Amino acid sequence: MKFKDNHIISKKDFSREMIDHILNAAEKMEPIARGEQRSDLLSGKILAILFFEPSTRTRMSFETAMLRLGGDVLNLGSIDASSIAKGETLADTIRVVDGYVDAIVLRHPKEGAALLASEFSSVPILNAGDGAGQHPTQTLLDLYTIKRESHLEGLKIALAGDLKYGRTVHSLCYALSLYGAQITLISPKELRMPEEIINDITAKGAKITECDSIEEAISDVDVLYMTRIQKERFPDPAEYHKVANKLKITPETLKNAKQELKIMHPLPRVNEIDTRIDDTPHACYFKQAFYGVPVRMALLGLVLGAIE
Amino acid sequence: MSDIETELRVRRIENGTVIDHITAGKALNVLKILGLPDSSHGVVSVLINSYGKYGKKDVVKIENRELKGEEVDRIALIAPNATINIIRNFNVTRKNKVQIPSFVEGVVGCINPNCISNSNEPITSKFKVTTEDTGLKLRCSYCGRVISENIAEQLL
Repeated sequence: MKFKDNHIISKKDFSREMIDHILNAAEKMEPIARGEQRSDLLSGKILAILFFEPSTRTRMSFETAMLRLGGDVLNLGSIDASSIAKGETLADTIRVVDGYVDAIVLRHPKEGAALLASEFSSVPILNAGDGAGQHPTQTLLDLYTIKRESHLEGLKIALAGDLKYGRTVHSLCYALSLYGAQITLISPKELRMPEEIINDITAKGAKITECDSIEEAISDVDVLYMTRIQKERFPDPAEYHKVANKLKITPETLKNAKQELKIMHPLPRVNEIDTRIDDTPHACYFKQAFYGVPVRMALLGLVLGAIE
Repeated sequence: MSDIETELRVRRIENGTVIDHITAGKALNVLKILGLPDSSHGVVSVLINSYGKYGKKDVVKIENRELKGEEVDRIALIAPNATINIIRNFNVTRKNKVQIPSFVEGVVGCINPNCISNSNEPITSKFKVTTEDTGLKLRCSYCGRVISENIAEQLL
């Protein structure tokens, strides 16, 4: 399977075989990601981090991934102090930066920015989120977390929260449809997953059911994927609190859950997961944030041709 | 209507292209897609709401220019039943229906204001075109947003 010099733009570019290949490569990276082994796999290689939007986890985990593999990182730094503030196009920025580095990680507020960058770049582009568009490395790390902490085959998963606007859950559902997952969608009616996406996912092989409360679904699922409900989606603050409280999980919510249930969240969380759950074996969200490192290490190793 | 009356309305052309059976009211959009009249030195005549065998239609006649296939197929986005007649020496030498293209570039703009194709980047818009029971669907290659209604309003 050839990944060398490929761009990582959209989860739609990946077949199930390609995803499995990346997840297997990530597993081999884990001891290095934990600092238990040293590696100089990407020694002499430089990764540019071009983030036009704020980010903590994605940026830091890409940096960590590159450093753990012995490579170097070049950061764009503040937009205000760069040529972008002078009105430079993204196309020009990419054509300049690709002369300095071996790969570029891009986060940009405009949808389609990563695809544009790939049209102008001679080095691999890794999309770290383009507006409400694609964020393929998040999807891959979510899949990796499910694989490591639960199982991808025969998975029963519930997704709860904002299923209308959340690109993370849309992408994850598309990817899980490749594995024939049984997906339960839990959201207030204002934030239901768009019908078009549900139809697409069903057509691709997932089995979808919808329900109103976490309690109703909890006893039957292997993974509960929580997302944050954004206050600004509700014109009436009282309505927001009503909905947010209904989709909050506490130890009581989980009393009928399977013992091996895993709870995931892309973070940051606000109050949708009670902190008393953090120390239970169900909590998986901090591990999920860590798993971003081996997954991104695998991707960097693959596109830079250091591993196959 | 006599031949003379017809002749007075829009004369026959000696050489060039006649686009017939354009959806009524869409002739000006067809001109826009084809970059006419700027892209032609000859006379361009337009009939709007002309009566044909199947009811109202528009017709565009372009003198001294034979339009090429891929150039013309783009008009299928707004006039899927149009026919292209190549005229030489007052005779129709070739007649084709427009083919709906599978991909269009630089013809329509994306409806998503946050799409990178709607910024000052040096790129042209690109859309994958599919035909569904409900009509044409144009999917933006950059952001994935689908245009399925009022395509004419998105013409660049």
